[in-house]
Amino acid sequence: MSDEVLAPMPGKITKILVKPGDDVLEDEEVLVLEAMKMDNPIFAPSNGKVKEIRVKEGEEVDVDHVLLVIE
Amino acid sequence: MLEAILNGLGGLVAGFQALALDWRSIIMLVIGGILLYLGIKKDCEPLLLVPIGFGCILVNVPLSDLMAKEGFLRVIYDAGVDTELFPLLIFIGIGAMTDFGPVLAQPSTFLLGAAGQFGIFLTLLMALFFGFTKLEAVSIGIIGACDGPTAIYVTSKYAPHLLGAVSVAAYSYMALVPVIQPPIMRAMTTQAERATVMKYKARPVSKTTKILFPLVITILGGLIAPKGLPLLGSLMLGNLMRESGVVSRLTKASENEIANVVTLFLGLCIGATMSGAAFLKPQTLIVLGLGFVAICLDTVCGILFAKGMRVLSGGKINPLIGAAGISAFPMAARVVQREGIKYNKKSYLLMHAMGANAGGQVGSVIAAAVMLSVLAGMGIIS
Repeated sequence: MSDEVLAPMPGKITKILVKPGDDVLEDEEVLVLEAMKMDNPIFAPSNGKVKEIRVKEGEEVDVDHVLLVIE
Repeated sequence: MLEAILNGLGGLVAGFQALALDWRSIIMLVIGGILLYLGIKKDCEPLLLVPIGFGCILVNVPLSDLMAKEGFLRVIYDAGVDTELFPLLIFIGIGAMTDFGPVLAQPSTFLLGAAGQFGIFLTLLMALFFGFTKLEAVSIGIIGACDGPTAIYVTSKYAPHLLGAVSVAAYSYMALVPVIQPPIMRAMTTQAERATVMKYKARPVSKTTKILFPLVITILGGLIAPKGLPLLGSLMLGNLMRESGVVSRLTKASENEIANVVTLFLGLCIGATMSGAAFLKPQTLIVLGLGFVAICLDTVCGILFAKGMRVLSGGKINPLIGAAGISAFPMAARVVQREGIKYNKKSYLLMHAMGANAGGQVGSVIAAAVMLSVLAGMGIIS
């Protein structure tokens, strides 16, 4: 089963804190999304392994853009 | 000859003698120092507190006459505060900085921006109860708008003797929003309410809507409350310039150069109203106290209203966003986001809170405008 992490709001990815293959725990910070001039931590939705990262640092994303996939 | 020299030297100690006799000036010099300390060392609204603190020190050095007729600070005060020009110029800059996109994309958040203003009216009633005149009470209530320029505009026009107290209260409580609001937010909501996830559904907002918004608000607001049109109009002028996208030089000047220059002069002038004789009165403490109550009541009313919306929407609204319906932009929205994510790591309230906060920005101006027009209707002001 895989879980997609979606952008909760439009903004810019300022930091990616994990890499593919990393084990993450639920509610662990995986990304930072800057929106309205505020850095917002994005947390993992579930325990698992990072399968894929679909964004780059500095990338502008719209709401519901898939940021990474956890399985 | 020797006597003349001694007399001349006496002139150099006259200031010390005057200071030794005037305990109020000594206290105010200390207060000025505290404001500077908060600004410089604690990074608490330094852009305002540094000029305010220094203005306060300048005006409390005895025999200096900076606020006497044609004194340095008096000239600036008469030109910009007495005429209400400074707060209006700042408003053009605020309009140029504010993105009303989040509120236009989620129009229901506009209601929260209105609900966050009830504190103003409740505080006004309390100020009347404490024996302030109607015009003074309006100026004190407006602290609850959490909006410095609006408070300064209204106070300099109708209760100039309270200007120092009102503006210090307005700006310090604005800086304290991240401290004042969270305990109220926690006390008024349940864990389940605070953890509610609100999905952000972006309704695209067209450029035409963004351009029409300031125009419609100006004309409609002006017709309802003509007394507030200077405030509302300057805010919306800045916003129209921003959204039109064709006058970026003017927009940039409004939000940077003009706003910066005016902030410096305005801060100095506010400091200059804080002479010992005018500031060290029991009245000032009551103003500071009522201002605090005003901001708390705004938060309470905003959250209560959001709770009402939660019930009507079948539990889809997180009542925390009600706290953002004040004018302290974008601070209040950030507080809501930070608090929300504490209770649920999947909860992103920022965009909803920004909507309420931008609504609060307009709401506080409209509240002030309505109040002035009601006073005019009652024949209290002309």
